[in-house]
Amino acid sequence: MSTNKKNWPLWEIFIRSKQGLNHKHVGSLHAADAQMAMENARDVYTRRMEGVSIWVVESKNIHASSPGDAEAFYEPANDKAYRHPTFYELPEGVKHI
Amino acid sequence: MKEITLADKFQAKIDQEIKIEPKDWMPEKYRKTLIRQMSQHAHSEIVGMLPEGNWISRAPTLRRKLGLLAKVQDEAGHGLYLYSATETLGIDRETLLEQLHTGKAKYSSIFNYPTTTWADIGAIGWLVDGAAIMNQVPLCRCSYGPYARAMVRVCKEESFHQRQGFEILMTMMEGNEAQKHMVQDAVNRWWWPSMMMFGPSDGDSPNSAQSMKWKIKRFSNDDLRQKFVDICAEQAQILGITLPDPDLKWNEERQHYDFGEIDWSEFWNVVKGNGPCNKERLDARVKAHEEGAWVREAAMAHAEKRRKRKEAAQVA
Repeated sequence: MSTNKKNWPLWEIFIRSKQGLNHKHVGSLHAADAQMAMENARDVYTRRMEGVSIWVVESKNIHASSPGDAEAFYEPANDKAYRHPTFYELPEGVKHI
Repeated sequence: MKEITLADKFQAKIDQEIKIEPKDWMPEKYRKTLIRQMSQHAHSEIVGMLPEGNWISRAPTLRRKLGLLAKVQDEAGHGLYLYSATETLGIDRETLLEQLHTGKAKYSSIFNYPTTTWADIGAIGWLVDGAAIMNQVPLCRCSYGPYARAMVRVCKEESFHQRQGFEILMTMMEGNEAQKHMVQDAVNRWWWPSMMMFGPSDGDSPNSAQSMKWKIKRFSNDDLRQKFVDICAEQAQILGITLPDPDLKWNEERQHYDFGEIDWSEFWNVVKGNGPCNKERLDARVKAHEEGAWVREAAMAHAEKRRKRKEAAQVA
């Protein structure tokens, strides 16, 4: 990590490719502030109409789960088959359910 | 019971085609290999703007100028995708640029050749981008997620680069004798350097086996080179030009084109810094970086001023 104040901070870029879809992470870039990050994101990530909306988030503000803890972290959902529709048995011939 | 190490787990993931993501554990050598390869790739995109930028102001028509501008702009974009993907490995942009500017990091040697005529722009699109695409398509399946994702974007955008190059050559081949001659001359000069873009032969490529095991690399240098020759030999016939290799011949038995020996002494000579434009390219990069320093500082100062003004407005 660079602590040099001269360097532009890193921003994560999220783009909504069209109305109705969610914003998706596409990559990152450096910019002096949010406004510049927005303009740079437009030039770097939407040169061919790939987006209708952009989110920029300074990378240092992202809190991420740790891959090392993944097993334990997601364990609670691991044995709960009853959260899925196929867990429930229905007689043949029941329709629209 | 054999102890399962982190390295075993890592390799098992790779073998199952599970992508490696930035925060996952990885062997230090995997990280280093990727930083070297990805930064070299990013530097190549950025330095690659220089030989073509040379012709933007002299493109023969507005259509050609628009195409070339868009291509060079894409290359800047590709460099940026790749730099940020490299940064996910824990190295910052400033260090990456410093490695380029001091010559510690390399970029593709192909960009150390000059673009002396307009036909060179066509030849670069056809051959250099053609070879680059051949190398890059398998990288879309590279085991490192951010690299693979960047390559998907790059490959999607790059197919127009090769087509605009072919169209430039095709158009000139429909022109007068001088124009046809110009195309043949450009192809003569770019053919062998393009062949070298696939890197040394498998036997002389010490890192290849490990990169294959890690699925950073999917095909050997020689396999990709052969594929390139087979495709170009056919396209050369459509263009009506001759590739400058007297040994180039269809081999019915192998179902591939045979081709002549590559002059590896030239390759290593250019890698070592003695190509026609090595110094010029690096000087241009360093100059752009140094002369842009005040812009980067001014942008930070401006951002700071804007932030303070906003804060003051909120207090008031």
